[in-house]
Amino acid sequence: MEVVKISEKFFIQGNEACAKGALKAGCRLFAGYPITPSTEIAESLARDLPKVGGSFIQMEDEIASAGAIIGGSWGGTKSMTATSGPGFSLMQENIGYAFITETPIVLIDVQRGSPSTGQPTMAAQGDMMQARWGSHGDYEPIALSPSSVQEFFDFTIQAFNLSEKYRTPVFVMADEVIGHMREKIIIKDDIEIIPRIMPNKDESYLPFKNIENGTNPMPSFGEGFDIHVTGLTHDEKGYPDTNDPITHTKLVKRLCDKVLNNKDDICSIEAEDTEDADIVVISYGAPVRSVITAVKKAQKEGKKVGYIKINTPWPFPDKQIKKLASNAKEIIVVEMNLGQIYYEVDRIMKCQANIHLMGGIGGLLPNPDEILDKINKIGGI
Amino acid sequence: MRVEIRIGGFGGQGVIMAGIILGKAASLFDKKEAVQTQSYGPEARGGASKCEVIISDKTIDFPKVQHPDILVAMSNEALIKYIVDLKDDGTLIIDPGTTDISNVQDYINEHNITVYQSPATQTAVDDIGLKIVANIIMIGSIVKITNIISKKSAIKAIETSVPKGTEEKNIQAFEAGYNLV
Repeated sequence: MEVVKISEKFFIQGNEACAKGALKAGCRLFAGYPITPSTEIAESLARDLPKVGGSFIQMEDEIASAGAIIGGSWGGTKSMTATSGPGFSLMQENIGYAFITETPIVLIDVQRGSPSTGQPTMAAQGDMMQARWGSHGDYEPIALSPSSVQEFFDFTIQAFNLSEKYRTPVFVMADEVIGHMREKIIIKDDIEIIPRIMPNKDESYLPFKNIENGTNPMPSFGEGFDIHVTGLTHDEKGYPDTNDPITHTKLVKRLCDKVLNNKDDICSIEAEDTEDADIVVISYGAPVRSVITAVKKAQKEGKKVGYIKINTPWPFPDKQIKKLASNAKEIIVVEMNLGQIYYEVDRIMKCQANIHLMGGIGGLLPNPDEILDKINKIGGI
Repeated sequence: MRVEIRIGGFGGQGVIMAGIILGKAASLFDKKEAVQTQSYGPEARGGASKCEVIISDKTIDFPKVQHPDILVAMSNEALIKYIVDLKDDGTLIIDPGTTDISNVQDYINEHNITVYQSPATQTAVDDIGLKIVANIIMIGSIVKITNIISKKSAIKAIETSVPKGTEEKNIQAFEAGYNLV
């Protein structure tokens, strides 16, 4: 008998889709401090986590929220928090701790106008460099940016998968537009979920071993292995070893390399009509929707223009962008800030193309007609 | 064909719920694409509230409404504020109990706007006995006037969106709105 694949369909907000993605990925702890425009994620999970045996904790603040999910993860539970820029700032201390302790956690940032408390109900992408460099020291974050409600669901699952696969924090850098708008999502029944890889009961196991692929299995507290977890530079066993330059270098380089050496697996971009385009427009998150509209209009007017949609701003997909935009003479970067990912594009492409920034703040999604004007202004016949 | 709809009113009138139901009906039951967005201010009730829905046969790229084909005004403030965005030859649906069309009559004539009146609030009070179903009555009128979603899908979307136990009253409200225009 043929097995009928059942898929569920919903017409819901991006934030609700994110919560559904977390549940599907196996998240069973949410600890957070609700903040606009991310609140519906906490609301949905407060309602739904207890139904599946999970836990929801409203914490006293954001640094405690990050701390609680680190603890939850070491307790053996896939864990997540959701916030916006002001809360993301407060979490940075514990985010660094999660990187050096190699704790798989997922942090959702539904970005709003900033700096500081800024514009609670308006959209922005001002936290992209904070995701990259927000905590102190050297580390290589993974971040995904959804451009639709479906992608907010898909990328939340992907974030959990990557965090387990590479034993590292993963950010989903959404924005108010995607968080609050409603669209149809389809939940298929054959979604790949990566489980936590636990160590074998083997006496030689070291939780922070400098192995070639960089990612060690991770035990949970209470299961033996004499686990010691610290934010101090530690040896392969996890014990502090703070004065040996070699220990520190090996540890931090392994943490960076396990992401950098796997960029082909982690990085994701989508491109349309870039091969013979004179102008390539690059964007990520909600503004991609404006870019596609503008590019389609420009193509109708006979312009040789294409676009690249970055799904994973971090690690920055330099190799893929270089390849796909290799023939472009002009590159326009569209983002809802005054220039963040623009500088990454400029760094890798400035030798071969003119890089233009269309950065907008104020809270509104970029107007497709303004992007079209820019395309027309810089040529592309 | 991309149709842009804007519904404006006071917070608490259920204009956002009305937009959600239209979008849900189109995307889940009519096999079209739909996006719903809303303007979102700090006030929960009494302030201005705006809900936008785009319904299309094709993928919807830009998700915001710039120039609606259809404007539904459930408050005078919304009527005055948003009529200037309405496309020429567009459709205006108003609740005459909460708006005063004389304010914008010149604009309507100049831009060849077709006006429909659906006394949703009064019908909610007089016929259903529940002021809060004015939004559902308005959906009935919108469906009848514009045909952007099927009646069957609208009813299905209402049944799956309203609180359990209130389905019957809400369908009654929808039918009342459908028969008002």
